[in-house]
Amino acid sequence: MGELKLMKGNEAVAEAAIRAGADGYFGYPITPQSEIMEYLMTEKPYETTGMVVLQAESEVAAINMVYGGASCGRMVMTSSSSPGISLKMEGISYLAGSELPAVIVNVVRGGPGLGTIQPSQSDYFQATKGGGHGDYRMYVLAPASVQEMSDFVKIGFEMAFKYRNPVMILSDGAIGQMMEKVVLFDPIPRRTPEEIEKQCPWATVGKPESRKRNIITSLLLDSHEQEQHVFKLRDKYERMQKEDVKFEKIQCDDAEYLFVAYGSSARICQKAVDIARAQGIKVGLFRPITLFPFPSVELKKLSSQIKGILSVEMSLGQMIEDIKLAVECRVPVNHFGRTGGVIHSPGEVFEALKSTYLGG
Amino acid sequence: MDIKDIIKPENIVYQKTKLFTEKPLSYCPGCGHGTAHRMLLEVLEEMNIQDKTVGIAPVGCSVLAYEFLDIDMQQAAHGRAPAVATAVKRLMPDKFVFTYQGDGDLAAIGTAETIHACNRGENFTMIFINNGIYGMTGGQMAPTTLPGMRASTCPFGRDTEIMGNPLKITELLAQLPGVYYVTRQAVHTPNAVRKTKKALRNAFEYQKLKKGISFVEIVSNCNSGWKMTPNQSNKWMEDNMFPFYPLGDIKVPQLEKV
Repeated sequence: MGELKLMKGNEAVAEAAIRAGADGYFGYPITPQSEIMEYLMTEKPYETTGMVVLQAESEVAAINMVYGGASCGRMVMTSSSSPGISLKMEGISYLAGSELPAVIVNVVRGGPGLGTIQPSQSDYFQATKGGGHGDYRMYVLAPASVQEMSDFVKIGFEMAFKYRNPVMILSDGAIGQMMEKVVLFDPIPRRTPEEIEKQCPWATVGKPESRKRNIITSLLLDSHEQEQHVFKLRDKYERMQKEDVKFEKIQCDDAEYLFVAYGSSARICQKAVDIARAQGIKVGLFRPITLFPFPSVELKKLSSQIKGILSVEMSLGQMIEDIKLAVECRVPVNHFGRTGGVIHSPGEVFEALKSTYLGG
Repeated sequence: MDIKDIIKPENIVYQKTKLFTEKPLSYCPGCGHGTAHRMLLEVLEEMNIQDKTVGIAPVGCSVLAYEFLDIDMQQAAHGRAPAVATAVKRLMPDKFVFTYQGDGDLAAIGTAETIHACNRGENFTMIFINNGIYGMTGGQMAPTTLPGMRASTCPFGRDTEIMGNPLKITELLAQLPGVYYVTRQAVHTPNAVRKTKKALRNAFEYQKLKKGISFVEIVSNCNSGWKMTPNQSNKWMEDNMFPFYPLGDIKVPQLEKV
């Protein structure tokens, strides 16, 4: 059993990075996630595990430091919030194109533009549909608790190296800032340079006589070669869909109506389910944990017993498109959500369900 | 006498360095990149550090540098090589790390990364090819294009009233405490090539000391982009580039001798 602590979500990310055996963190301050780097600079893992922590001159520099570290087979990560993540998108596209493992944490705030520093879920499209240029996807994990902020760093690195692909932890300002108890996993020692070279034979660590040179690049000038490369990426994304979809079902067995929500909204919907159940309305909650790959198969299965789905997101409705694609018009799908940094209450969510499907 | 009688090890006076790959160089005939590559590879070979070296290629004409250099290399996003190299060196402090960047990469889009890597005193080597033009994309104006110099986006010559002034970034970087060694060289004559090689050797030797950035600017021609023959371009470079970008050491460590 791991150590029990009371922590902010952001602090849990930082502590988990050290415990996961990360080799480097590169970041740039932005609210509401600055505690991640502050915690790391206070803990000084560079004196204990040897993990490098560096405040970069910009989000752009930070993601490119991640690119450099990942190119050496190192476990590296960065974190930011929405406007900063937009700046990282070029680098994320390069990471995906060059097939590099990395963990990127987005503690989402309301936008567009400079927006607000309050929590939001309006970066769903950016995280799951691209954001950067080109045919690529990230593996996207959506934590709904401080516990998952910790756990998903470890899972994130596992997935990043399994697929040689960037992984995003799509959190939000509420989960980043709130304090909860968290059971921290036991520290994993950092890999030795020998272990890294064995695990990552592709890494650029200096070319010995015994092997060909390693090159990390996303440049394939020949369009046919580029096409083959993109097909190879597609195969990885399909494999993610087969092997590593994650979701949670809460009171779905007898449900007639379904909330579909992730992250903070899922926590709110859990309360809304309780309110509805107390009034005899059979409502369940389906929580996608991976937003890409989206749990389409499971949601489609569930939809056969459902009269209506309410996609509850702190946005104008972005995930709702994936829900509609998943259920293939078998069941009505509607959206409810406050946006711009406003958080809906369980009561509001319950009222929205009633007005949408139960005649008010 | 058969040609095979002539091609014998004892008759060799000049050959491809071992660290060049078999790939034919894609640079325009007459361009300085090939010579700059060769000097770099000769230094790595003579220091016998090729198995401990990681290079970062930029966006620009040398975007494909990794095709020609038989060492581990990474290709960085435009301008970001100093940030990439920062992490590589910090995560593997005992390796030799260099960036190889053009003027647009290092002194326009990557100015922030360049200045901050230098100012932090990162312990890698920066090789800066300055030809005052964007060669790869077809000869557009660069941050180092001279006043009055023509390029495809300043077809009547750089008008500094409208387009601003060329940036002497090397002199600027030399002011920073994190920068240990700064020199400006060229590769247009045998003598200049020898000096460039010495400068590159110094840069990699200084990297061992971990006292900050070692920075080698190579003022080079771009005969295609300048619309000149190679010989004309070298003459033009001497007459116009060198007065604005004078060759020689700009910052040399005082105490330590290599």
